[in-house]
Amino acid sequence: MRHVIAFSETLGLSWVSPFARLISGEDPRRQFRAILLEVGLPLAAIAVFLLFWSVAASSIRTSLGTLPGPAQTIEQAGAMWQEYRAEKAKEKLFYQAQIQRNAARLERNPSARTTAWTYNGKPTYLDQIKTSLVTVFAGFLVATLIAVPVGLVCGLSPTVMGALNPLIQVFKPVSPLAWLPIVTMVVSAVYLGEAAWMPKSFVISAFTVALCSLWPSLVNTALGVASIDKDFINVARVLRLPTSTRITRIYLPAALPLVFAGLRLSLGVGWMVLIAAEMLAQNPGLGKFVWDEFQNGSSVSLARIVVAVLTIGVIGFALDRVMVILQRLASFGRPVQA
Amino acid sequence: MSRPFLEIVQLEKSFETSRGKLTVLSGFDLNIQEGKFVSIIGHSGCGKSTVLSMVAGLEEPSDGNIVVGNREIEGPGPDRAVVFQSPSLFPWMSALENVLIGVDQVFPQATRSQRREMSAWQLSRVGLGKELDKKASDLSQGQRQRVGIARAFALRPRVLLLDEPFGMLDALTRAELQEVLLDVWARDKITAMMITHDVDEALFLSDEVVMMTSGPYARVGEIVPVNLPRPRARKDVLGHPDYYRLRRSLLEFLEGPASHSPGAPPDKKASGAKAA
Repeated sequence: MRHVIAFSETLGLSWVSPFARLISGEDPRRQFRAILLEVGLPLAAIAVFLLFWSVAASSIRTSLGTLPGPAQTIEQAGAMWQEYRAEKAKEKLFYQAQIQRNAARLERNPSARTTAWTYNGKPTYLDQIKTSLVTVFAGFLVATLIAVPVGLVCGLSPTVMGALNPLIQVFKPVSPLAWLPIVTMVVSAVYLGEAAWMPKSFVISAFTVALCSLWPSLVNTALGVASIDKDFINVARVLRLPTSTRITRIYLPAALPLVFAGLRLSLGVGWMVLIAAEMLAQNPGLGKFVWDEFQNGSSVSLARIVVAVLTIGVIGFALDRVMVILQRLASFGRPVQA
Repeated sequence: MSRPFLEIVQLEKSFETSRGKLTVLSGFDLNIQEGKFVSIIGHSGCGKSTVLSMVAGLEEPSDGNIVVGNREIEGPGPDRAVVFQSPSLFPWMSALENVLIGVDQVFPQATRSQRREMSAWQLSRVGLGKELDKKASDLSQGQRQRVGIARAFALRPRVLLLDEPFGMLDALTRAELQEVLLDVWARDKITAMMITHDVDEALFLSDEVVMMTSGPYARVGEIVPVNLPRPRARKDVLGHPDYYRLRRSLLEFLEGPASHSPGAPPDKKASGAKAA
């Protein structure tokens, strides 16, 4: 039970621990109070929000009908799940038919050449979520590969920091919408042999994410390396450690908690930016889904967009939790703000 | 008497401040014989830690020379191991790795397992034989400083520099660690220089206690030899007839005018004549 409590606290899910404590029989009155505070209160707030939402939504009339309330949204989420199931069933049928067709052809003529087609149905909502996740991680990876080494150099050398600081400060606040046209043109000019597994729209979205999300990691890495304990440097000097050892065994580990804090911010920024980038670059992810539904303008479009909004929020929250765990693991037991 | 192993000659340290040049130390002379344990004691801010930093090579002297074993020092190096006031262990490494990182550097010709063995042995000497693989961040403050001591001895330095090594510990742990240090030092007999502001600590550990005048222009005020027999046990030291006489002479200096009145810039001509 101790492990459950410690683990849930690493996850930042502090509301699990009163339940675990209650099960292990620890002072029930205090645990009930904790449950009331940590679980009851947020649930109440959600209930109030849902109530407010349904009342407010029903009184706003748009050109696409009334704004969807919680009920319509859940209904649409169900419908979208059914669409996904139907699409999967169609895909299964397609492959079954193909296997049968090829088998029949081989029976007639054993040396016949058979072709295996891939199913080319329209992407389901889950496919779009997957595309978005792959894109954001690709962009985040590129951002990390640039930000951490550059941040390291900036942190080690005040001269480099002084040189790059104006550029960093100017580029940091630029919106993804401003980057996108430039990235689009550059990618179109440079990335010629378009591979099927890496379409242009994906590259454009990923690079836009990278451009916007690398700044927090860069600044935090630089700060982490620059603010290293002076005593650590003195130990390294007394031991005459070579630069490579200093970086790998002292500077990077010392900066790790701040590096991860930066990566966490970067991933959060990246996820926000991605939706906008996908809308404009037409990368088949959640952003394109929202845009298509908006253009579609059917009576259920708004409800489908609300489902997407909630999905984006939940995934963003989950990504943040993952980063919090990594950050805690990198912090050697020092507390981390959840 | 042979030539001193550690010679500090006319050491000076000054800083540029917003209100002009501040000379912390000036005309600081000190000789330490090989294998002796010498403590430097003085009021806070008198610049005693600065002296140690300069001997370690972590700070550049403004003027003067520091010679170890007939050779002038050049920057920091593992031949002058330092035990810092805060243990300064790398918290992401285990106790063993914290010692090993220095041993790897100083004994590159030894095999990996030999170096591990050396490090483990040094840790067992300070009573941490069972905590080798504990993360430094999981050790108590006292245990951390034990690792700090082991790390310094593991370098097999020619000079051991201790910068108020027990200043951050509670009284009981401090007494315990003084004994650990004395025990390890007594076997290796490394020339040692310790900065402290604790009179009893200085007397218990040292062969000589050097008292500094207050800054600015701080220098050596008085040197008191401590001829208490070794090996020393605390009970015997406290019961020794000379102990309270020594203690009183230290306190008299520290409370007297010499350690309180700031020094004046030395007469350049006079010191020049002396050097010639």
